[in-house]
Amino acid sequence: MSPIGVDEWVARVEERREQAGGWRGVLAQWSERVGWWPKLAVVALVGAAFPLLGPNDFQLQVGINALLLAMLAVGLNIAVGWAGLLDLGYIAFYGFGAYGFALLSSNQLGANGIHMPAELSIPIVMVAAALLGLLLGLPSRRLIGDYLAIVTLFFGEVFVEVTNNVATNKLGGPNGIPAVDPIKGFGQQILTLKGYWYFSLVLILVVIAALHLLDQSRTGRAWRAVREDPLAAGMMTIPVNRLKLMAFSFGAVVAALAGSVFAAQQGGVFPTDFDTPFLILIYAGLILGGSGSIAGAVLGGLVVSITLEFLRNPTEAGYVFYGIILATLIARMRPWRKLGAVLAAIVAFGFAAHAIVKAISDTAVAGGAHSGGWLGDVLKHWVIVPANPKSFGNICFVLLICALIGLVQLKDQRVRTALLVPVVYLAACVWEARLVVEPSITRQILIGAILIVMMNARPQGLLGQRRVEVV
Amino acid sequence: VHFFFQQVVNGLTQGSLYALIALGYSMVYGVLKLLNFAHGDLYMLGAFIGYFVIQWFGGPAALTIPVPLVLLIMFVLAGAGMGGLGVAIERFAYRPLRDAPRIAPLITALGVSFFLENAVLLLFGSQTRIYNTSQFISFSTGITIRGLHIDIVRIMVISLSVLLMIALRLLVSRTTLGKSMRAVATDREAAEMLGIDVDRTIAFTFFLGSALAGVAGVMAGLVFNQVFNLIGFIAGLKAFTAAVVGGIGSITGAMLGGLLIGLAEAFATGYISSTYQNLIVFGVLIAVMLVRPSGLLGRAPLQKV
Repeated sequence: MSPIGVDEWVARVEERREQAGGWRGVLAQWSERVGWWPKLAVVALVGAAFPLLGPNDFQLQVGINALLLAMLAVGLNIAVGWAGLLDLGYIAFYGFGAYGFALLSSNQLGANGIHMPAELSIPIVMVAAALLGLLLGLPSRRLIGDYLAIVTLFFGEVFVEVTNNVATNKLGGPNGIPAVDPIKGFGQQILTLKGYWYFSLVLILVVIAALHLLDQSRTGRAWRAVREDPLAAGMMTIPVNRLKLMAFSFGAVVAALAGSVFAAQQGGVFPTDFDTPFLILIYAGLILGGSGSIAGAVLGGLVVSITLEFLRNPTEAGYVFYGIILATLIARMRPWRKLGAVLAAIVAFGFAAHAIVKAISDTAVAGGAHSGGWLGDVLKHWVIVPANPKSFGNICFVLLICALIGLVQLKDQRVRTALLVPVVYLAACVWEARLVVEPSITRQILIGAILIVMMNARPQGLLGQRRVEVV
Repeated sequence: VHFFFQQVVNGLTQGSLYALIALGYSMVYGVLKLLNFAHGDLYMLGAFIGYFVIQWFGGPAALTIPVPLVLLIMFVLAGAGMGGLGVAIERFAYRPLRDAPRIAPLITALGVSFFLENAVLLLFGSQTRIYNTSQFISFSTGITIRGLHIDIVRIMVISLSVLLMIALRLLVSRTTLGKSMRAVATDREAAEMLGIDVDRTIAFTFFLGSALAGVAGVMAGLVFNQVFNLIGFIAGLKAFTAAVVGGIGSITGAMLGGLLIGLAEAFATGYISSTYQNLIVFGVLIAVMLVRPSGLLGRAPLQKV
């Protein structure tokens, strides 16, 4: 927090100077000297190289989904990060794009269906989404802050209701629209996953470049002015209302583009694909990366999407879970001596607890760990998982939440560190007994937890800039 | 005419539930200017507590203690439990963010809501729990006016809600705690300077609001019988609609809005189609918001510079 009267630019310079030491400072300086397009080129090269590594179909699919989520996060960033408008109806534009594309390239409309080539249908969908964005933006002229959030949230709900209930012969109701054409245009068709990977990559690069230029322009600066203080911005003759509408509209276009690719790649659309959980996923990506920063949105979208995919396989999920715990401890614990002591204590605590419980009852530890590989072999003698882990896991889960809430409230550092040991162990038990078994629920729980923890620990996200409050 | 009055009764029942939830929304918004998305999930958890109380005492068909006692235990446990949970959520998730930009607690609230919904899914599974109210409170008890039958559960729900609302109204307008709540809502910093314990007042507000949501959850279980982990989201949205339509921050407004939404929903279901029920409610909200952004009874917020 900068002292009163220091303006934003000066405060940032100070921050830069503070960072100058160490490898992080060197990296920051280097990144500042290199322009934006060489960085984008590096990203493009890495992206283009990915299919050459010989990923299987599942990995390619994960990659495409990650790119789409990143694109959505970048689009959401326009309204949320730049213009400061909390748009909770964003998911509807994604759905609108997908349904729009699906209607224009399937058998749904007309006698024989419309099978428009993509070079026509995608622009039509994007323009329509822009208009829809303007429509949703209209309330933002009068509503501020939370009221806008709630109206946009209802807009998203209305979309799901409409696709489920209205004109079911055309929109398919809960069954959605099947048999959507792949992307085809200029005599070509994209049929392979590799093709969709490159197509999405090109699109996201174009979107990033365009939005970066937009961010640097008058419009981008004006958006930030509106975000910081709409009243003051208005006084400086910035057309606040027009800018808000533009923010909604631009975001809608990006979302619709992502939706079109999604519909074409999946070959079908369903109302459940565009419900609130996915919206929260997009938000998680944006928040994690840092709202207000394009690089942050891309990174956050990729990280959230790929990390959650790991949860499908218990062994990989185990690596991710224990890796995150270890990384958090390493990042937060100072000095090293304390870190070592805590880690040793956690390991020792686990083996001791396991030995004691095993001595009392054999069935109480009969469940074994779900993680495979070397991790599973070690964990078998470390965590307590009874033969029937369900109720045990549930009790531990509730205990864990209570323990975490209590831990945060504690003031005394030493007690906190001491209590950290059983809490981490408890978390491991819950993980092995319950969470690993239900990957889809675990995903959602983790997304919720990411949002809560991130907002409390580092509201600006990984790459976002801290908002400097000018008083 | 008979059908019409039946819809009125349905609307009033549903509406008083919405009103109870809306009160919590409205009070929390009043003191913290925070949209507590997790509020609807407390309602859902309250309904679950009621269900487990019934199971604990032998199940709906063979209750081991008298029915009024079971009801009392359900209401008290759900109210106290959810009140406590509300306070815990406030301390854990919202208090550290009190001075953060407005968007931060809002997103945290989304996260809490999502977390609760899925934690319940993990703990209790996705199957729908059935209260089976008719097995211990016969549907035929109640009053019949000119052929219009109103069963005892609905009467209880409506009258208990009205009682709770009156009590809340008195609490806010007559007691010292109510006074400090109003003071914090008007200007937190000034209230703090005047020696009001802001933290405690906010915690108390959360307790009250969440307890009302828990009680509403039990009532919903009794009336509609079905409980599962997602009932909170839509109910929360509609209750929030009620709070907004009535004018957020205003207690009378929340009651009025709740009844209005409940009636609108009942008539939409009865006369048009239950498929469009949600669409109509959302339409009402969007229309009211556009015409009167501050709600029917709310005052337009003054923008301080």
